[in-house]
Amino acid sequence: MFDFLIDGFGVALSPLNLGLAFLGAMLGTLFGALPGIGPINGIAILMPLAYTLGLPAESALILLAGVYTGAEYGGRMSSILLNVPGDAGAVMTTLDGHPLAKKGLAGPALGLSAVSSFVGATIAIIGLTLFAPLLAQVAVMFGPAEFFALMIFAFASMAVMMGKDPIKTAIGAVLGVMIAMVGVDSGTGVLRYTFGMAELYDGIDFVVMIIGLFAISEILLMLEHANRQDAGDEMPPLGRVMVSLKEVLYCKWTMLRCGLIGFIVGVLPGTGASVAGAVSYTTEKRLSDKEGTFGTGNMRGLAAPEAANNAAAAGSFVPMLTLGIPGSGTTAVLLGALMLYNITPGPMMFSERPEVAGGLIASLYIGNVVLLALNLPLAGLFAKVLTIPRWVLVPGIAILAFAGVYQLHSDLMAIYLMLIIGVFGYLLRKLGFSLAPVILGYVLGGLMEDNLRRALSISGGDVGILWQSGISLGLWIAAVLLLVLPWLLPKLLTRKSLDGA
Amino acid sequence: MKFNSAFRHWSSLLVLSGALATGTAQAQSDASECIAPAKPGGGYDLTCRLAANGLQETGLIDKPMMVSYMPGGIGAVAYNHVNGVRSDDPNLIVAASTGAAVNLALGKFGQYDADEVRWLGALGADYGAIVVKADAPWQTLDELMKDLKTQPGKIVFGAGGTVGSQDWMKAALTAKAADISPRDLRYVAFEGGGESLAALLGDHIQVFTGDMSELRPHLESGKVRVLASLSEERLGGPYAEIPTAAEQGYDVQWPIWRGYYMGPEVSDEAYQEWVNKLETLSEKEKFAELREARGLFPMSRFGDDFDSYVKDQVAQFKQLADEVGLTQ
Repeated sequence: MFDFLIDGFGVALSPLNLGLAFLGAMLGTLFGALPGIGPINGIAILMPLAYTLGLPAESALILLAGVYTGAEYGGRMSSILLNVPGDAGAVMTTLDGHPLAKKGLAGPALGLSAVSSFVGATIAIIGLTLFAPLLAQVAVMFGPAEFFALMIFAFASMAVMMGKDPIKTAIGAVLGVMIAMVGVDSGTGVLRYTFGMAELYDGIDFVVMIIGLFAISEILLMLEHANRQDAGDEMPPLGRVMVSLKEVLYCKWTMLRCGLIGFIVGVLPGTGASVAGAVSYTTEKRLSDKEGTFGTGNMRGLAAPEAANNAAAAGSFVPMLTLGIPGSGTTAVLLGALMLYNITPGPMMFSERPEVAGGLIASLYIGNVVLLALNLPLAGLFAKVLTIPRWVLVPGIAILAFAGVYQLHSDLMAIYLMLIIGVFGYLLRKLGFSLAPVILGYVLGGLMEDNLRRALSISGGDVGILWQSGISLGLWIAAVLLLVLPWLLPKLLTRKSLDGA
Repeated sequence: MKFNSAFRHWSSLLVLSGALATGTAQAQSDASECIAPAKPGGGYDLTCRLAANGLQETGLIDKPMMVSYMPGGIGAVAYNHVNGVRSDDPNLIVAASTGAAVNLALGKFGQYDADEVRWLGALGADYGAIVVKADAPWQTLDELMKDLKTQPGKIVFGAGGTVGSQDWMKAALTAKAADISPRDLRYVAFEGGGESLAALLGDHIQVFTGDMSELRPHLESGKVRVLASLSEERLGGPYAEIPTAAEQGYDVQWPIWRGYYMGPEVSDEAYQEWVNKLETLSEKEKFAELREARGLFPMSRFGDDFDSYVKDQVAQFKQLADEVGLTQ
């Protein structure tokens, strides 16, 4: 049964393919680290190149898969160092990653996130190897109603992020949902909140949103502090650069749990690394944040989204390889690459082109090891970014942000929009809002609305469809429990101890 | 020195992103450019690359053609850009498709309509398809249509575009052919063909109105059945077994052309030069290979022929949109 994998390692370990896996991992890390260039653009840039160079199908796919997984590694870098997510999956990484860097633990934080990424990706690749065809059957059972219930569950699990200021968290999430409403309505094709501007028809682009909200507001904050000589504002000196074994072991269960969550979310078509990061972070906060230190630089809070987003990246290969259905935007582009090579993705691929299917999976294993080897020693080097003085760093981030958004849209309107969102984000931060609920509301809210509308158009307006299937019913119950248990459990426990007394 | 090494490291990132961005500006000098009015990787990207690779490999251009991306409103942003900013650029072509014609008809391209640009030509086409799951009760289009007539609310259609999009048009025209008002049709809009197909396989929708080229990988898997191809006649190759809708008694055709336009103020010479280039390209054998690799079927309409074809199509869509009450 695993013949294809053995053949696959034979293919992936040839000097050319090994070199390509290495190159892809390097480039991917770079693409992920640069705000604005995510895995999708990285692959879209390299795909025509690979084709024009006349690389055989399996080599091209190995290169592109390396870029994809590499980008999930790279995205964390600017999240941790600059509080600016490098790509969609790394939004939650800022929450605990950046506070760690502020404590002088940038090196260990980068190291730990590399290890978590490795663990998460490994879990997912093993899952992909063993259970791909089975999982694909489950994944298609997720229809609009089930996705809607999943989003309800995700919002319910966000309740743990309420923290000290539940009202501000709720307002932030609603603002995010409102931003997600801009653009063509998915059901009827009616334009909403576009003010007649064609640039807004497609809604507000994810990259514009995260770069504006995080990078531009961060730049504005830095500028505000530039003339102050507050001692407390400076970054502490860099301490040790390597992550310790103790820290890794402290997070071992986090990595395993979140790797699994990330993989499952990644397998579902239509949800990807950003949803995986959000769900795993909130779950982990609920499970292991006993002292309430999540958000202030807890190692587990960093390991959770990092394990999950890499696992989701690998998980999204499941529907692509087994059903020929892309599980994420990036695998959709990869699917296009396969078609260019006249390869039929789906179950037939394992029997007809085993060298491609096996080679790809084997290269995921190899690429993952390469990435760990590449990222651990470099953590100390990258951490030095923090020693760059502000007058170099701020313009540097600004250039990256502007170039990143412009190369994506070739249109100045996107830049203006990014700036407007940036000022908005800056004001929110000054008012004491956390940006994470805003971005989560934006991501989950859009998905939730689309799927609600779809479910209702299937049923002809009958809301019963939303809890008809076992999957959606289970998710509803889980969501209700998430909301009720934290309030109910302590009461039950006290009664029990009273009874016992 | 510590600072230096870190700075050098960081600056390499700067240089790369700078290069990516300034590449746009430099290449504009005299080389030709194709704007794909979407994000990288989609159908418009494919359309631009078909011209870029084809012209390059057949030696019809000496400098590589640059492909740049301008997403927004299924082409509306690029349409406005070409009309407003680069209306006389002789080196610029823009990818377009049936989807753009539908949006022009619905007035979703802002103040501009189909008469505003110079339509160059189409290099290939795709065709709509009516797809059901392999274990669905319908073996032919006729069986599906009969069931649809008796219980329109029980059969849910889905595809990768909103109501009013070209994906929806396929479902609407099919319903019309069964004498059902498109307004009574249950239609679910997904994000792209992949999600729609997943919903079909998961029994969430019963009929998927997709495109032929995206179905090719699924023809052999045995998981879906293509009831009809929305083409004038049967398509060749792996599609030879699939009957057209017309031969089953329902006159529904849906070609999705992939072509190009230029700015409104481009000189006649420049326009004619491009028409000639594309026409020559379409006759090359090498080009046929490139086209087939991208899952496209032959279609050759150039210059005035194409111009009137697009304008007729837009007029026809306008009429259809009025009929079903889509125009605002």
